[in-house]
Amino acid sequence: MTETLVQVENLSRYYQNNRAVNSLSFSLKAGEVLGFLGPNGAGKSTTMQVISGNLAPSEGEVSIAGHDIIDAPRAAKKHLGYLPEHPPVYRDASVDEYLRYCAQLHGLASDQLGAALERVKQQCGLSDVGGRLIGNLSKGYQQRVGIAQAIIHDPPVVILDEPTVGLDPIQIREIRELIRSLGSERSVILSTHILSEVQATCDRVLIIRAGELIYNASIESLNQGHESSARIALRKPVETAQLTGIDGVEHAEQLDGGRYRVFFSPDTNPDTLVQTSVEQQWGLYELVPEQQSLEDLFIELTQNEEANPA
Amino acid sequence: MIWIIARREVYAMFLSPLAWIILAVIQTILGYMFLANLDNFFLLQPELIQIANTPGVTDIVVTPLMQVAAIILLMVMPLMTMRSLAEEKRNRTLSLLVSAPLSMTEIVLGKFFGLVLFIVILVSMLMLMPLSLYLGTTPDSGKLLSIYLGMLLLLSAFAAIGLYLSSLTENQTIAAVSTFGVLLMLWIVDWIGSSVSNGQSVIAYLSILQHHQAMLEGVFKSGDIVYYLLLIGAFLVLTIRQLDRERLL
Repeated sequence: MTETLVQVENLSRYYQNNRAVNSLSFSLKAGEVLGFLGPNGAGKSTTMQVISGNLAPSEGEVSIAGHDIIDAPRAAKKHLGYLPEHPPVYRDASVDEYLRYCAQLHGLASDQLGAALERVKQQCGLSDVGGRLIGNLSKGYQQRVGIAQAIIHDPPVVILDEPTVGLDPIQIREIRELIRSLGSERSVILSTHILSEVQATCDRVLIIRAGELIYNASIESLNQGHESSARIALRKPVETAQLTGIDGVEHAEQLDGGRYRVFFSPDTNPDTLVQTSVEQQWGLYELVPEQQSLEDLFIELTQNEEANPA
Repeated sequence: MIWIIARREVYAMFLSPLAWIILAVIQTILGYMFLANLDNFFLLQPELIQIANTPGVTDIVVTPLMQVAAIILLMVMPLMTMRSLAEEKRNRTLSLLVSAPLSMTEIVLGKFFGLVLFIVILVSMLMLMPLSLYLGTTPDSGKLLSIYLGMLLLLSAFAAIGLYLSSLTENQTIAAVSTFGVLLMLWIVDWIGSSVSNGQSVIAYLSILQHHQAMLEGVFKSGDIVYYLLLIGAFLVLTIRQLDRERLL
């Protein structure tokens, strides 16, 4: 499936004169999980609210499964499940009552209701708490009810705004698996500031800063694209110039304790480095490949105020 | 869709003790008042028989009872309407309704008809007292029907006003106090109208009491019905506009 389910074009959003989102464009295909990253106040939640129709865009267009969120809100919202930052749960209702109500709001026929309820309770690990009042549940369970609410009507597009907040590590792993399984047939937009979560669950990552899109690439290209580096440790101290003299090494820097960081041009492997070390008896005893992590990229992109928006 | 929201509204009202307490307190106080009025009627009865064209039991017992009921409910309805939208905004649950495939109109109408359902329950319980008169005498059925409809329309108008003021704030107390203020103002606005010109002025027309009084006396004028429907419609449209406006802010 390569159908484009979410299309955002030149989206801008102002709060009075304060610009929260500036000319954001991206699209999402079926079966993709999109990680939405950014520091606090970057406009993540605002973007989610606009896509879900909770806020009107100041400029630009959002369409979901081909339906414009402003011109055809009903059709667009039918294809959408949304978990806001604060799960919109009624504390005075039981889990079953609440989920049943949500399903009815989304127009589920009464004969499909029971099956849908059982399915989401199973998926979100709520089978044991169906009769309990939501107000008496822990934050983690309330969060799960919020996720269940977003997927009960089986929408092709699911938007989750910080879904793993307040969950314990085991629950986080379960929810990540759930998100992955959702992503196999649906489009999922996941907003978070937990970077490992994006690396673990997403196919593509968007980074925004101050309302502007500054990075948009697939996780795979993130893992490959950049020059690779390795950290080495030698028993015999050498000059960095000796290291850069080796074929394939582009750059080297000295670290503490006889360690060096060497940068290779892409597609070369450190064979020659090891060979040279053996020949020169440098006493190589450690070689750790370094991958540029999402965290490095995130910090590099979001901290660098002068960086030009991509 | 409207019905699903309305049903949930009524259900939520009766989940909290507030609705039960309100029903119980009003029923008790008005029940006592009904007895007092009935007592009064028995005292007056010998004299009434001697006069021609006298007011009947409905006029002496039921009409004053419902006048008092209207004033009490003017103070009570803000307590029922205050939570409807303010609470959803405070708890951030409104986005559940907004993200669902519903229009703002459906959301507001659902909320409003939830309140109307509660009003039907409330007024029907109050009407049981006049209906008990059928055990001993024959009250004026036409008048009772007019009173019943009058109460429903009056309280629905209160509900529409309360719903609008509840959409303006996240704070339930502010919603309740401002609703009470607006209702009271609409009630007393004709105090000035009747002194300016013969009670026929525009100001007198605005008064919610004038229209209600006629229906309590069994005068069922289409002008009064239109007044209530306009009032309800205007405040529902204002509520829808307000919720739409919040998406733009």
